[in-house]
Amino acid sequence: MKKYTDQGKKDTRSGYGAGMTELGRTNPKVVALCADLVGSLKIDKFIEENPERFFQVGVAEANMMGIAAGLTIGGYIPFTGTFANFSTGRVYDQIRQSIAYSHKNVKICASHAGLTLGEDGATHQILEDIGLMKMLPGMTVINTCDFNQTKAATIAIADHHGPVYLRFGRPKVANFTPVDQKFEIGKAVLLNEGTDVTIIATGHLVWEALIAAEALENNGISAEVINIHTIKPLDEKALLTSVRKTGCVVTAEEHNFLGGLGESVARTLTTHHPVPQEFVATKDTFGESGTPAQLMEKYGLNNKAIEKAVYQVLKRKA
Amino acid sequence: MEELQDIVVQVRRDIVRMVHKVNSGHPGGSLGCTEFLVALYYEILNLKEKFDMDGIGEDLFFLSNGHISPLYYSVLARRGYFPIDELNTFRLINTRLQGHPTTHEGLPGVRISSGSLGQGMSVAIGAALAKKLNGDKHIIYSLHGDGELQEGQNWEAIMFAAGNKVDNLIATIDRNGQQIDGPTEEVMPLGDVGAKFKVFGWDVLELKEGNNLEAIMHTLKEAKKRTGKGKPVCIIMHTVMGNGVDFMMHTHAWHGKAPNDEQLKTALDQNPVTLGDY
Repeated sequence: MKKYTDQGKKDTRSGYGAGMTELGRTNPKVVALCADLVGSLKIDKFIEENPERFFQVGVAEANMMGIAAGLTIGGYIPFTGTFANFSTGRVYDQIRQSIAYSHKNVKICASHAGLTLGEDGATHQILEDIGLMKMLPGMTVINTCDFNQTKAATIAIADHHGPVYLRFGRPKVANFTPVDQKFEIGKAVLLNEGTDVTIIATGHLVWEALIAAEALENNGISAEVINIHTIKPLDEKALLTSVRKTGCVVTAEEHNFLGGLGESVARTLTTHHPVPQEFVATKDTFGESGTPAQLMEKYGLNNKAIEKAVYQVLKRKA
Repeated sequence: MEELQDIVVQVRRDIVRMVHKVNSGHPGGSLGCTEFLVALYYEILNLKEKFDMDGIGEDLFFLSNGHISPLYYSVLARRGYFPIDELNTFRLINTRLQGHPTTHEGLPGVRISSGSLGQGMSVAIGAALAKKLNGDKHIIYSLHGDGELQEGQNWEAIMFAAGNKVDNLIATIDRNGQQIDGPTEEVMPLGDVGAKFKVFGWDVLELKEGNNLEAIMHTLKEAKKRTGKGKPVCIIMHTVMGNGVDFMMHTHAWHGKAPNDEQLKTALDQNPVTLGDY
């Protein structure tokens, strides 16, 4: 199996901050907005270097989305920053009307997504945001897996015209993708070739999928691992090519199984090439307080859960 | 002023004919703001000849209370943004003149979709900030319904604009005192709207005769003089809903209701052709 090395644990939100720092230096049209969470979004450097291109809106996310839409009129590329919960559900109609329907070039950048937000609990742990955002016509939805990929994605979306939802998280996690990677929106990344099962993972679950694949290999199971960073538009070609070879699939995401990556994959499969699928995702539930590791264990979102799902899907395939 | 009045009368005809044809749409608020929008587009806004989305180097207008689209479309068409005959397609399938204004079908003159209330002030502020970043001295104008102020997002925006000295913005509130379910003060009392803006840090002008062209022009010119002085500017414009069609005046009954054939005839008789019907 192809080896991946953790270059040192880092949070994906710092990848966003690093990407913004670079954009601040390279793209004069990029502006940043934040709803009282500058420290959490790691954009201090961007603000320090570009004070005139930063707008602090206070605890007023609805207003932030509208102002972002307005800033595009005049040629700017606004990046909004707050927690995923407040970037989506709280302001859904503002995004729908003023951004998506109006096709405004706004980048909605959302930190602290999912259970790994941890101790703050379910009020802040959104597990429905991918579904909410992917249902909006014209919205691109990206969920990055580590620091390097988040930085690359942040930079890449500035060059994509149209609304984008970029989802990342709070905890320090393995940083294993290449530093100088080219981020291609809508292009799946094949991390490991295999023949028995396809594991399609997004966000924090990608690293867990690699750990699971290694354990499976030790038991004689060859798992193909695909990193789907772009949930919409979905790289259907890549996943169909893989499942035509392996004949079964496990999807893994830090999100509700209703509305997430798994459902998008299932729709593609049922349309083109139906095969057994297992879902590693939360099962229509809210989260709770706890450490990220405890929560991912309790809600079945780690490498062990992926392994288990692989055995399950292999049984159904047979 | 006589010329402007002729345009007002013709726009009124357009409004009632548009909503009558499809038996849907919002004539009341449209008629109430007709003098304002005609004055704004014909005398106040500094506009480029051709429409482009970014609108750099010209004044911009944002309509927040998007349901008064018949008025907006009529004024945009007659001001040359698109063919006047296209008013015939209002609310019909495959039209660019959707029930509420949108950029989705690429209608020239429209820069944001509106109609889901309470969002226009934020958008106008964003556009005003972009003007400042671009070193563009032109002004952002916006129009809002009074009932719409019940949406909390407005107050986020009002706070932001004052706190950030967005002084290239003139927001006008159509204070007709009516909303769908009745008088605003019965449905959800707004109280002294001007005082509220003032206490948030805006420069506020009261326009008592919001259906009087001369008064409107005077107030808009005064408002423009007050821009660039560190405060956003607000005009509380007192209007009569349904103005110019007697049976539609002073009531919320015609907020979202079309006239029948007979009512249309009465409305048109009260507003004889000036520029010519579409």
